[in-house]
Amino acid sequence: MIDFIRRLFSPKPNQPIVENATTAPLNESQIQSIISGATPRFDLQQLVAACGQSVGKQRELNEDSLLAITTTLAGNSGNTPFGLYIVADGMGGHQFGEVASNAAIRTVAGHVMRKFHPYLFNLKPEPLEESLQEIVLAAVTESQKVIQREAPGSGTTLTAALVLGQQMTIAHVGDSRACAIYNDGRIETLTRDHSLVKRLEELGHITPEEASNYPHRNVLYRALGQGEILEPDVFTIPFPSSGTLMICSDGLWGVVTETDLARIVREASSLPRACQGMVTAANTAGGPDNISVVLVQMTV
Amino acid sequence: MIRLRACLRANGALNRRAAQGACKDESRSVVNPVFAQYNHGRSVSLETQQINSSFDEGNNAPRRQLQAGVTLTQRYLIQEVIGVGGMGSVYRARDQHFPNVVKLVAVKEMINVAPDPAVRQTIIQNFEREANLLATLNHPSIPRIYDYFSQNDRSYLVLEFIHGKDLETIIAETDGFIAEEQAMLWGIQLCDVLQYLHSHKPDPIIFRDMKPSNVMINNNNDVILVDFGIAKKFQVGQKGTMIGTEGYSPPEQYRGEATQLADLYALGATLHHTLTRRDPRLEPPFSFNERPVRRINPAVSAELEAVINTALQYNPEDRYPSASELKEALFTAGRKTGMLSRMPTTSLPASAIKPIWSFACEDEIRGTPAFYQGSIYIGSYDNNLYALNAADGEFQWKYATDGGVVSRPAAYEGNIYFGSEDRRLHVVSARSGKVVWSYYADDPIRSSPRIAEGHVFFGADDQYLHAVNVTTGRLAWKFETTGAVRSTPFVAHELVYAGNEAGDLYAVDFRGDMKWRMNAKRAITSSPLVHGPMIYICSMDGTMYAIDAKNGWVVWRFRMGKGSIVSPAALDNMIFTGSADGFIYAVDAQNARELWRFRTEHQVSGSPAVSRDAVYCGSADGHLYCLEARTGRLRWKFATQAAITGAPLIYDDIVYIGSTDRRVYALLA
Repeated sequence: MIDFIRRLFSPKPNQPIVENATTAPLNESQIQSIISGATPRFDLQQLVAACGQSVGKQRELNEDSLLAITTTLAGNSGNTPFGLYIVADGMGGHQFGEVASNAAIRTVAGHVMRKFHPYLFNLKPEPLEESLQEIVLAAVTESQKVIQREAPGSGTTLTAALVLGQQMTIAHVGDSRACAIYNDGRIETLTRDHSLVKRLEELGHITPEEASNYPHRNVLYRALGQGEILEPDVFTIPFPSSGTLMICSDGLWGVVTETDLARIVREASSLPRACQGMVTAANTAGGPDNISVVLVQMTV
Repeated sequence: MIRLRACLRANGALNRRAAQGACKDESRSVVNPVFAQYNHGRSVSLETQQINSSFDEGNNAPRRQLQAGVTLTQRYLIQEVIGVGGMGSVYRARDQHFPNVVKLVAVKEMINVAPDPAVRQTIIQNFEREANLLATLNHPSIPRIYDYFSQNDRSYLVLEFIHGKDLETIIAETDGFIAEEQAMLWGIQLCDVLQYLHSHKPDPIIFRDMKPSNVMINNNNDVILVDFGIAKKFQVGQKGTMIGTEGYSPPEQYRGEATQLADLYALGATLHHTLTRRDPRLEPPFSFNERPVRRINPAVSAELEAVINTALQYNPEDRYPSASELKEALFTAGRKTGMLSRMPTTSLPASAIKPIWSFACEDEIRGTPAFYQGSIYIGSYDNNLYALNAADGEFQWKYATDGGVVSRPAAYEGNIYFGSEDRRLHVVSARSGKVVWSYYADDPIRSSPRIAEGHVFFGADDQYLHAVNVTTGRLAWKFETTGAVRSTPFVAHELVYAGNEAGDLYAVDFRGDMKWRMNAKRAITSSPLVHGPMIYICSMDGTMYAIDAKNGWVVWRFRMGKGSIVSPAALDNMIFTGSADGFIYAVDAQNARELWRFRTEHQVSGSPAVSRDAVYCGSADGHLYCLEARTGRLRWKFATQAAITGAPLIYDDIVYIGSTDRRVYALLA
């Protein structure tokens, strides 16, 4: 009896499967779907970026700021992709939240771009004295001073990615996020939130489920403009070459699930449409906070 | 103008917000527990001054400090006042007995102003006691005494001048908190010196005034205990006079009892102050446990906090009973948190490791061995390349060149490739040691050959990077640089990377064309390590660089105490290197954060090697160290008779290392 069942379900040996062995010509819709699915190819490696912003449905002010600069550095070692992408989220409970986020973006970008000015616009650039991490760290430290001077008492998050070639140097304070969205739908958060809830979660005091319902989810323990001691996270990692870099404020990541974010990127016909889709998704979910997002891809 | 506009906008926002009511915007706020205490800490230096000046009570006459330019006993030329103590000033002076070199000394002055002759006598006795006591002590954390003498109403003690700062100044000058591992290291060193003092024969010495301002940190980042003015030979059971700095001293010291335990309490208080920036002199006494370290500085580990809490217990019997136990507790905390940087080199018997075999050459071995088909190949300053049986060290053959061999041999298809001071790249049969071919450079070859893509790449002192066909020995190309190339090339990403003595790092493609160049401030003798997308390399400018291998951008720099010719090694996200400052370092590859450092007794010029979860590295102190890769904890060390300048080779759980004591050793990994 058992032998009979086993024989019934076991694959028959020596019987080749022939149905799909031949290649039929593709029809028009199959060709279109392959074309739209493939990322556009360029013979030189370059960055493509898009951004989206919204004040949201429940706020009257936009306290987020963002910046996206994309170009290439031409030089002896070929064309090096260069990009600077920043999202800053000003602190609502404080005065001048939008002043702080704006000052953070301008100061950090200003400092970094001044360092790279000779590379972009001079014929014979002198080699940089500092390392990329030192430049980014100095930019954040400078913006800390500027915010304390220009908008005392205010604060802002800052997540900045300086992309140079295939490496990116990230500076991060607060709870905006840099994420890698891979083509298989996986999302990897590259930064660590400097929020009380995340800290409690890291220490094992609360579970991720409890964290998502934690009443003080928006309490930060580190923010630009706050405190005399500022220790931004600065690190360098490879750019997610087979995926998309996303930098966004909590108005997006706190509202739209990772699954939806990955789906939006996958289904959008272009990066600007993906940004638009994300902003719409956050607003559809209630839009409780300002929404800012930058998406960046490396084409090969 | 911009600022004005920003303010206007800000005010506008504020007004709107005021109209809406503030509660609507409460969605995000910042907690900053540090901020309040930080300002608090700012007044510390002022308070300290007051406390210092209170020591001067009973003497209303203005103190006459020595002026710069005064010479004492025709020998010590006073340069400046470097401190004011209880009894007088401390000066920096130049010892003129050494006219050709600048030898600096510290001259501690004691002014005898007591009107009562008996008291005056006691003061002089105290002074001489300090001098004699110090003269008998011999510990790296205790300043050496050179001389003492008296002139009129003043007595002088001439001591080792310490280049550095006292811990109180360092705490005040540090932005934020001093790193936990740093405090831990200093704490361990302080335990070590207290352990030494407490075990002094015939009577233990109680320091009695442990506090940040009595702890100097020299330029080597080592602690030196200063101001032994009140250190007192301790006779058990005898009640001492009540001295000591309020805030750091334990309850029993206020009752006139000073024991070893008092020093340990004060050490706990010193660590508490170091980690929290909260000066205990400004706080209620014995209130440390009301302000645990982590409440003020959450970055500190719970393990270290627990150790400090125990050291600061109110009842002496609840504290660590001895300096060695406190030290052990600090080590344990450091191990648990993975922060431990350094182990005392005395913690393990160096003789416990016995070599499997050793083999003696006729001159120093400065290079690194290679393993190929059961044999070890290593060059020596005696001009020979040796082939030894890897299992038992049995001599197989040697091949004589006309110069010392300092490079690491490379093996390829039955042949051994190595450079020599005789300017030649020699290629000999691995089996017989017979010459296959040789290639002439114009100057000595100190760079080791690297074989890839059918070519052997190496540098020479003739300033060229050479690419030679691996089978025919014919030159494919040579790339001219601006200095001698002693760095060993690394081949990856279809590029050849090498440094030179002019401080350049080159990336050259397989046609010999330069792809990019990066410049360090001093020579790059170190060999590049390509690990993932990055190159890691050290320079004599005292920096380890992380460089984008594709385009030469410097991603980060890691500063060490002195120049380095060490070639880094990697394990996962950790980069290991060493420097002439005597340390072996582990650094986070992503952000250049120091994970740990291990102190050897001399320069580290040999490169580390990694096997499984251990780092093996030699030092000019003659030891080969085996350290746990994640923590820097010492597993074992092996003493050779002279400096180790080469890198160890680990193959099949056996470590092979050459030493300038002329021997090759094989040790169990």
